[in-house]
Amino acid sequence: MTRFRVFALIALVVGFLLTYFVWSTEANPLSAYRFRLGLDLAGGTELVYKADMSQTAPGERADALAALQGVVERRVNLFGVAEPLVQTEQASALSGTTEDRLIVDLPGVTDIKAAVAALGQTPTLEFRLATSTKVGTSTEMVFLPTGLTGRYLANAALGFGSGATAGLSAPQVILNFNSDGAKLFEKITRENVGQVLAIFLDGQPISTPVIQEAIPGGQATISGKFTATQARDLVRNLNFGALPVPITLENSSAVGPTLGAAAISAGVVAGIIGFVIVALFMILWYRLPGVIAAVALAEYIAFMLAVIKTIPVTLTASGIAGLIISVGMAVDANVLIFERSKEELREGKSPREAVHIGFSRAWPAIRDGHLTMIISGVILFWLGTSIVQGFALVFVLGVLASFISAVTLSRVFLLAIVPDLEPEQEGRGWKFLLSSGFRNK
Amino acid sequence: MFVINHRGFFFWLTGLFLVAALGAITYFGLPLGIDFTGGSLTQISYQDTRPAVTDLQVAAAKANVGAVSIRAVGDKEISVRTRSLTPAEHDTLLASLSSTASTTELAYTSVGPALGSQFAGKALWAIAAVMLVIVLYIAFAFRKVSHPVPSLGYGLIVIVMLAIDIIVPTGFYAAYAHFTGAEVDSLFVVALLALLGYCVNDVIVIFDRIREHLARNEKLGSHEPFEETIGKSINETLTRSINTALTVALALIALIYFGAEATRNFALVMLVGVVAGTFSSICRSAPLLIPISSWFKK
Repeated sequence: MTRFRVFALIALVVGFLLTYFVWSTEANPLSAYRFRLGLDLAGGTELVYKADMSQTAPGERADALAALQGVVERRVNLFGVAEPLVQTEQASALSGTTEDRLIVDLPGVTDIKAAVAALGQTPTLEFRLATSTKVGTSTEMVFLPTGLTGRYLANAALGFGSGATAGLSAPQVILNFNSDGAKLFEKITRENVGQVLAIFLDGQPISTPVIQEAIPGGQATISGKFTATQARDLVRNLNFGALPVPITLENSSAVGPTLGAAAISAGVVAGIIGFVIVALFMILWYRLPGVIAAVALAEYIAFMLAVIKTIPVTLTASGIAGLIISVGMAVDANVLIFERSKEELREGKSPREAVHIGFSRAWPAIRDGHLTMIISGVILFWLGTSIVQGFALVFVLGVLASFISAVTLSRVFLLAIVPDLEPEQEGRGWKFLLSSGFRNK
Repeated sequence: MFVINHRGFFFWLTGLFLVAALGAITYFGLPLGIDFTGGSLTQISYQDTRPAVTDLQVAAAKANVGAVSIRAVGDKEISVRTRSLTPAEHDTLLASLSSTASTTELAYTSVGPALGSQFAGKALWAIAAVMLVIVLYIAFAFRKVSHPVPSLGYGLIVIVMLAIDIIVPTGFYAAYAHFTGAEVDSLFVVALLALLGYCVNDVIVIFDRIREHLARNEKLGSHEPFEETIGKSINETLTRSINTALTVALALIALIYFGAEATRNFALVMLVGVVAGTFSSICRSAPLLIPISSWFKK
């Protein structure tokens, strides 16, 4: 009994600390542990791009996608958004064809057009070898990808060289490759002397120089027919990052700040009112265990919120829904235990024994129920789209927490309070407190 | 024993619900939102008074973005649905809708048609996979009770029940959407998934009680009729089933009345599902074991 009282005390202290943590980190606007709100709650823009990998070898796709992510991240940072998020997603094997996506979250931005423009100007740069193939009777030029793309670019610079026409100094774009790119460039030029190495920008050949000799050192020059302005813009865009693969906008969504704020305050109000109603119901029906369940539930919620803050999980409307359902599950575990204890009490067991047996009898049902829910949550997370995942993650966390809280918190609290009476001792008061309903059977 | 003695009545009632739900789905149809079909949805709020929807239709037609459907929401808001738009088209549409009155754009979503159809596929896969794993788990959890119903039988009943538990709220939503203009969106799918979790848990509690009684009977060598065991188990778990449903329902009602607009339909579907699911586990799942047991006896 003393043991349980110590545990109960520790549990209460931990509960207060968790509540304080949740409250204080939320009150402090600079805290690193404030809730991360999804765009549907905080307001902002989400853009989903499809990466066109048709020209990329299957083995290099993951690399290309990572390079793409880096480039777009640089772009987004330039856009001046607080906490932007750039993610990549490879469509699951279920849909048959693999599809690579790039998801860009811009909190606080509601002007989709400006955002798309800022991201969309990123050029794709590619070097292709020209070969002639016979198509029927005529020969046609075909450009074969060399694998050398904008992702190997270290930087670009503007230069002026002697133009082919009239001795004017024509604007040139000088490309400097990184070390991998330099090796690749040297290899390509060495193996294909005499052939045309075309430079493609956004899918169009802008320069088709003939390789004179192997070029070491990793520098290439594009001397297309640029005006000075065009060359300068191209250099700037290349420096912000040339895309390794072309992307197209598939989805876009923007949530205004008012709608998100309304959703948050309504969610908080509904949560508090819902909790109070549930707690009142539990106390009125289950008496002493009801009070304990309400305390355990409050602690459970503080724990969940603290976990959500520390992982951190981005809260969305569907995540909040997952939280509410898992609270329902946590209540259910308590209800199961109390109903079981009550039955034992009716059979004439002493109050403390009834609580003990109640817990062990309720255990298989709690275990199987929670395990199936965790399994389904994991599957949902694995198969689902981002909205479903938002739900599944919070749901699984919540069910796990409920699993732990039901078998530890409520049990420790109850065993800390209910005294160890001999059966012949008069335990009517405790029997009343541990019974439930309107009649005192 | 009430439920067991009148199980025929409850089976018929179930059939009635099922027919009503399927009828609603086929008659009203499920209006798929842009999450499934692709397209764009714009929510706009008017500062002062909202122009008449018919006037807005005329104004929107000038934006030249294909068919535009406009629906009034609340006092000052509208939601506008079109095919999926480019950012420039979206701007044009906004401009033509706010040509006569000043507006604030609350939210805008555009879903490409490819992603839309993928979402539907993924959602169905997810639901099917969850159901399959649940059958296997239950068959495993009940492996020690193989008489008079083999453990796989419990799993199969849960599946049949879950299918009904999903069809009934879907039928409700079809009728609800028909009269309110709501659409089937991804949150609706989330609601169905949450219901799966809730209903499985609900029925497991009852099955667990049956499992316990069967094990005890075997130990005591008692030849209690299966009907009696089931009836006893239902009665003993009745308070728990109702109380849990009640607490979850209370939380959901709070969400419907005080919660955000975005989760209102979600909570409503959940509420209907929880009520139907509780009815289903009490009056249908366990009683279904009886015809199955006699079927396995043959």
